[in-house]
Amino acid sequence: MMGEGRTLLEVRGVTKRFGGLVANHDISFRVAAGELVGVIGPNGAGKSTLFDLLTGFQTADAGEVMLDGQSITRLRPDEISRLGVARTFQKLKPFAQMTVLENVMVGAFQKTTDPAQARREALAALERVGLADRAQAHAQVLSTGQRKRLELARALATRPRLLLMDEVTGGVDLRSIPGLVALVREVSAGGMALVVIEHNMGVIMDISHRIVALNLGEVIAEGPPAAVGRDPRVVEAYLGQAYVR
Amino acid sequence: MPRGLCGAGLAVALALLVAFPLVVTRPFPRHVMITIFLYAMLAQAWNLLAGYCGQISLGNAVFFGTGAYTSTLLLRHLDLSPWAGMLAGVILAVLLSQAIGYPVFRLRGHYFAIATIAVGEIVGTLMINWDWAGGARGLFVPIKRPDSWLNFQFHESKQNYYYVALALLLLALWITVRVERSRLGYYLRAIREDQDAAASLGIPVAAYKQRAMGLSAGLTALGGTFYAQYILFIDPESVFPTALSILICLVAVLGGVGTLWGPLVGAAILIPLGEWTRISFGGSGKAVDLLVYGALIMLVSVIQPGGIMALARRGRRRTG
Repeated sequence: MMGEGRTLLEVRGVTKRFGGLVANHDISFRVAAGELVGVIGPNGAGKSTLFDLLTGFQTADAGEVMLDGQSITRLRPDEISRLGVARTFQKLKPFAQMTVLENVMVGAFQKTTDPAQARREALAALERVGLADRAQAHAQVLSTGQRKRLELARALATRPRLLLMDEVTGGVDLRSIPGLVALVREVSAGGMALVVIEHNMGVIMDISHRIVALNLGEVIAEGPPAAVGRDPRVVEAYLGQAYVR
Repeated sequence: MPRGLCGAGLAVALALLVAFPLVVTRPFPRHVMITIFLYAMLAQAWNLLAGYCGQISLGNAVFFGTGAYTSTLLLRHLDLSPWAGMLAGVILAVLLSQAIGYPVFRLRGHYFAIATIAVGEIVGTLMINWDWAGGARGLFVPIKRPDSWLNFQFHESKQNYYYVALALLLLALWITVRVERSRLGYYLRAIREDQDAAASLGIPVAAYKQRAMGLSAGLTALGGTFYAQYILFIDPESVFPTALSILICLVAVLGGVGTLWGPLVGAAILIPLGEWTRISFGGSGKAVDLLVYGALIMLVSVIQPGGIMALARRGRRRTG
């Protein structure tokens, strides 16, 4: 798709300040239907704040967030979710005292009030992320990698149009990374639009159709992975001036 | 335990409870049972909000008092049957809960609990100073003779009160089962576990907290009207005190919060214990029951924060 499809998400000049700190400054980019956009940037670049703005957990001080032509800038998180935007959290938030299946059923209940139906859909989502064998386990006993899969299943169970994933591989042991990456690829191939925050450069450059690079709250580069990877501002932001040739 | 066996056990337990007042005719054991049922249902009402939804209310006496005062005032002034008064009390308590919930649910965690204590104290103080509603002197419920279901008064024996209290408890249990199995139950537990994650999945968190609070308030008000008709005297000290709010909470915590049977188990232990200390120590030992409650709660929180239901579950896992 490479950004040529119908625009699903449009971020227009979004700014967010926390006191004197400008976490996001005049950020603009688009996500087309079915596209996978990677968001990169060093720690403190404003990536998670951007996700919070897109999902209603923070409200922008300036600018607009448009979903399919409708402004969602001032909507609450639950309203945005019901419009078809799902997310995962960098700091994982499982419903610890509930079983894996119940966790995912909560997501599935967005589209149905029937517990039997929610259960079927939750099981299907668990099957999809490879966690069906842990359905009856309590969420608190899962490993980090499994919790990531759980959050993904829970988000998928809401049947979103756009999925925002905050750190796919962060905190996950090396053996689990390929599986998670394959999973993200598979979800993307199913036609869902994704915005993915990821620190693992190999992974993000590999899976993304397009990259948005942030530093100190501003977009410093945007484009195809190869071009962004070579961009001197991106190299400098990650490695420092000395590496820019 | 297989489902059929479990159902049979419940049926037997229910039959025993129904038969109890037919066998035991002395008033005191009946009174203890009635009090257990009442507190079990009050604790279950609290449990819907605090146990399932995670919003610790220490002001549920407000709704208890609302039920007691609404039916009593309507009976005194309009000669309205306490059953209709009960319904009016439920409606008023639900409305009140929504009005309280709207600002208070903006607070999270401990702040919510503190705010509910404040609301409880404010309402209690208002009632003490509201002369039309009896003020600090309280209100006698007009005595109606002869005994009748319409008047919700039974002076000859406690048997009918027993059955009404049992019915109220069964209602609370039934509502809890319905909630547990529905979307509402899943949503409430999700909110308890993580509000942000719940919101990210499309749950309008504030609205669902309000629903839980409305359910809790309405059920609690039912208990309030029952209390007024049973004791036939109410004053702010007896139906609006923070001590009552805390006792309701203790019953559920001891039994096990967020479980179907916890409140009943808690009441079955705590209420007889309270009656026993009251009888053993009389007026001079007024605080002894509180000492015992305090010690029990410390034990629960140290040994098994999940309450007796969690202990039972652990035991079953070990043997099974």
